[in-house]
Amino acid sequence: MTLIGLIVVLLAGGLLAAMLGRHHPAAARWTALAALALDLLLALAWVLPAVARPMQSAGPWPLEIMIPWIPSLGIGFHLAADGLSVVLILLTLFLGLASVACSWREISERGGFFFFNLLWVLAGILGVFTALDLFLFYFFWELMMVPMFFLIVLWGHENRIYAAIKFFLFTQLAGLLMLAAIIGLYFVHGRATGVYTFDYPALLGTHMTAATGMALMLGFFVAFAVKLPAFPVHVWLPDAHTEAPTAGSVVLAGLLLKTGAYGLLRFVVPLFPDAARTFAPAAMVLAVAGILYGALLAFSQTDLKRLVAYTSVSHMGFVMLAVFAWNEMALQGALIQIICHGLSTGALFVIVGMLQERMHTRDLSRMGGLWDQAPRLGGFAMLFALASLGLPGLGNFVGEFLILIGVFPQAPILTTLAAAGLVAASIYSLWIVQQAFHGEAREKWRIQDLTGREAATLGLLAAALLWLGVYPQPVFETARPALASLRETPGSMPAPEPVTASGGAISNSGRQGEIDAIR
Amino acid sequence: MLELLWLIPALPLAGFAILALGGARLPRWAATWTGVGSVGASAVLTGAAAVAFLGGLPGTPAYTRTVWTWFDVAGLSIGVSFYLDALALTMMGVITGVGFLIHLYSVEYMAHDDGYSRFFAYMNLFVGAMLVLVMADNLILLYLGWEGVGACSYLLIGFWYRDPANGYAARKAFVVTRVGDTAMAVALFLLFDHLGSLQIQDIMRQAASAWTVGAALPTLVALLLVGGAVGKSAQLPLQTWLPDAMAGPTPVSALIHAATMVTAGVYLIARTHGLFDLAPAALTVVAVIGAVTLLLAGFSGLCQKDIKRVLAYSTVSQIGYMFLALGVGAWAAAMFHFMIHAFFKALLFLAAGAVIHALGGEQDLSKMGGLRRELPLVYVVFLAGAASLSAVPLVTAGFYSKDLIIWEVFASDRGGALLWGAALAGALLTSVYTFRMFFLCFEGPQVTPVSHRPGWHMTLPLAVLALLSLAGGFLEIPRTLAGGAHLFSDFIQSALPPTRLLHAREGYEALCQLASGAAALLGIGLIWALMLRSPRTGQALARSSAATVLGRFWLNGWGFDRLYDLLFERPYIFLARIDRNDIIDGFFNLAARSVLALYAWAGATQTGRIRTYAAGLTVGAAALIAWVVWL
Repeated sequence: MTLIGLIVVLLAGGLLAAMLGRHHPAAARWTALAALALDLLLALAWVLPAVARPMQSAGPWPLEIMIPWIPSLGIGFHLAADGLSVVLILLTLFLGLASVACSWREISERGGFFFFNLLWVLAGILGVFTALDLFLFYFFWELMMVPMFFLIVLWGHENRIYAAIKFFLFTQLAGLLMLAAIIGLYFVHGRATGVYTFDYPALLGTHMTAATGMALMLGFFVAFAVKLPAFPVHVWLPDAHTEAPTAGSVVLAGLLLKTGAYGLLRFVVPLFPDAARTFAPAAMVLAVAGILYGALLAFSQTDLKRLVAYTSVSHMGFVMLAVFAWNEMALQGALIQIICHGLSTGALFVIVGMLQERMHTRDLSRMGGLWDQAPRLGGFAMLFALASLGLPGLGNFVGEFLILIGVFPQAPILTTLAAAGLVAASIYSLWIVQQAFHGEAREKWRIQDLTGREAATLGLLAAALLWLGVYPQPVFETARPALASLRETPGSMPAPEPVTASGGAISNSGRQGEIDAIR
Repeated sequence: MLELLWLIPALPLAGFAILALGGARLPRWAATWTGVGSVGASAVLTGAAAVAFLGGLPGTPAYTRTVWTWFDVAGLSIGVSFYLDALALTMMGVITGVGFLIHLYSVEYMAHDDGYSRFFAYMNLFVGAMLVLVMADNLILLYLGWEGVGACSYLLIGFWYRDPANGYAARKAFVVTRVGDTAMAVALFLLFDHLGSLQIQDIMRQAASAWTVGAALPTLVALLLVGGAVGKSAQLPLQTWLPDAMAGPTPVSALIHAATMVTAGVYLIARTHGLFDLAPAALTVVAVIGAVTLLLAGFSGLCQKDIKRVLAYSTVSQIGYMFLALGVGAWAAAMFHFMIHAFFKALLFLAAGAVIHALGGEQDLSKMGGLRRELPLVYVVFLAGAASLSAVPLVTAGFYSKDLIIWEVFASDRGGALLWGAALAGALLTSVYTFRMFFLCFEGPQVTPVSHRPGWHMTLPLAVLALLSLAGGFLEIPRTLAGGAHLFSDFIQSALPPTRLLHAREGYEALCQLASGAAALLGIGLIWALMLRSPRTGQALARSSAATVLGRFWLNGWGFDRLYDLLFERPYIFLARIDRNDIIDGFFNLAARSVLALYAWAGATQTGRIRTYAAGLTVGAAALIAWVVWL
């Protein structure tokens, strides 16, 4: 029930914010903040303990809920959380709070509707991270996209319409491919077993020919690669990130991209292990190309926000590299990388937002010398830039290092090339600090240093990065069983419940009603 | 006492935290006490640790302590674990001891800087990271310190951030060393892949049994580690960043770019000597890099106009000596020279800082001169440092440490006449460029008036370092002199193996010392003759066309900057510039535009004119009928 609760709180909070926001803009902000805080509390108090210390009887899904939805088609409302999901849920809520905090002053028009969209995106993301029915997954996948489109198109910057449409077209086309692959898998599994279902645990280990597997796998892969984003389908990202309002960029970079990574981890490799293995070399080459290409393009930008956007292409390349190496070390690294990229890039977007609020420009060539007036802002920018270049002691290093050391035995040459990305990362990261904060003041700016609210937002993000940099072990412990069960050969993976294939098409354990493992 | 080992790096790190969080709001006295006090306390604790270590059970060469488990994933368990042995203790002593003196000096040197507390914050962070580097018991923690000191070096080179040139120098230092760091990271991947561990002692134990001497794998690993070492220690081919790093405040140059961080490469090779023993080819590479670097940097030092750049090239050159020593397996000699070099080079930088301060920020040697009477104390300590750097026989510490290297290069089973010749030529060169700088600074007519005289915060560290630069050598006296004393090599032998000397050459020790002593004195005599005795000859020589051309070439560091600019920097910037709008985006936009064009073209047919439609209908119908009839 808690998982549904998490989503419902955000949906309801969004509706409430929209209603209140018409007359009291402040009430909308506070509602959004309260809904997220309540959710984070719920997640910390119930979801995390249930997953981190599961009862021994619990299967691979310590926390699970299953309600029949459209039984005639084998569709169920199946949500579940394991260690992987719970870590991502916490990241979602944490960054959600940060994105509300950074919108506090930025959003002056239609605040109610803004927070409605923000909370609904977050709800969709929570759904994506917990849905175990492919139909339901697709539903959430679309749910998170529509409000995001509105966030860009209504509260974005100069070129927002172009960016929003580009974002929509790319993700929508890729999403349709995934839908086709989902339906394809549904029929392949149905023909092979006589059981027509969208239920993920049941679909694991479906037998299919190599060609079919490859085609279906590619359908999923493209959808997730676009979201990740992987080279060369990253081109929607710089526009969308740059034109989105700050909170939109934080959610895009910090969370939406992660749904792509999550999809690769949860669906692409477990559902199509053979096809993924065949495809791995190509995917790893694309990943390394993304690492280097993203870093080069980041350095070439003059729009600070666009620069930060391209760094995502580079950093998420590491995640894709790790996924297709598929060993424990690389996967744990990928998870830390996912979290820390969310925190550090989110923080950099928050900083860009603060600068834009103060200076009404994102043009690096007009900045410079800002340290004089805003040393605290500069100090935070320096810290997050150092995190982004992978300085040990901050979380990103742990992620990148584990990925590289984990992938190395499988692909030494590619790993070495990816490691060269660390040099490229230091070039663009230090460039940010130099162009914005160091050097001579190119124009006479009078800007204010951080306010208390801003310092608190950045301080929390920095503290989280530092914690993950020196003691990431709790994350590893939480995710270990989940990653281990992902890595077990899906063919031999036992279904969580006995499958009742009574009289035809219906196959799910929905009749048991709710199996909620909350204690 | 040894239980409290973690406090030694933790104190400066705590100092950093206080200074960073307090920021400019912290009162000046609080910043001073935090900044200097934390390093001082660390130095005291290091002393106590040394006493405890030396007084410990005989036969325990090392002590390990894990503070917490950093991470433990898939068989890779990495602790925040410290490892104390004679090698680590030597480094720690220099870092905290010399570090404390430099912090004290900075109180006065940086007194009027508006970034006072920021300066001490970065300096404390540096000391903490450097201590982690030398105390780490595994390579990942070492890498943390390694990158940490690199970041501090970046922050401090660019400390005066308003000048974009300083920012460029800072980024250059970081990026160039990171090229080396990446090679080192790949070495770590290889080690873990093949040995399943990154714990340093464990690796060396396993490597010795799993790998054969001269095999490809240990050679590759060792060469990759050398990649990291040459980056950090500014050796060929990654030496270009160090002269530019002089953009930082002078105490930074003394601490980071002379005494401690730049010798991290030497430490890394000494720390992993067990791997290098398996890779003789890599050791030869180290020796050759050292020999070539010490000569190239020496020539460049000869032609510099900026006093700090002379010292920077001198540092590159002296670290070349350390690499040469490592390359011939003279581990203890390398570490001894590291320690003595830290004393006299820190002294020279601090003394140069006192001169620069006195002249109101002037660093150009041609604007100095005649300071002997104006700054007598600085003159005396500078002379002590210069003599030590030039290795004036018997009375300076530099003689004992450099002579040990030159002798062991000659006598080691891995050494040889060619390397020895390079070392000897380097000794001559060293005393020439050192005393050229010294004479330019203190002799001749006074050019710039003295505006500031150093107070006790500056003179006390200078005096202590001068004493160490002269007397420090008595820790290790060759057996040819008064029976000898081997305090340092006895101390460090529990951590580093002794040099394997060839028996046939042992008789030549005194002769070799005579040669190196003569080289040092000859160099001083030569430059004295050319500059002070008969300056006309010297000036004529300097004006000759060959000297002018060579001088410009050497002034610019043998053209490496130009070369790298052409090979790497420009192409990268060029690529970035032409692809600013993302060529791949162009493809997608092209697709989008062609759809739009198609749409426009198709839309254009919808004219609303019946005549056009009727014509289209007729033509289409005719074509259809024709197709049906004839095909």
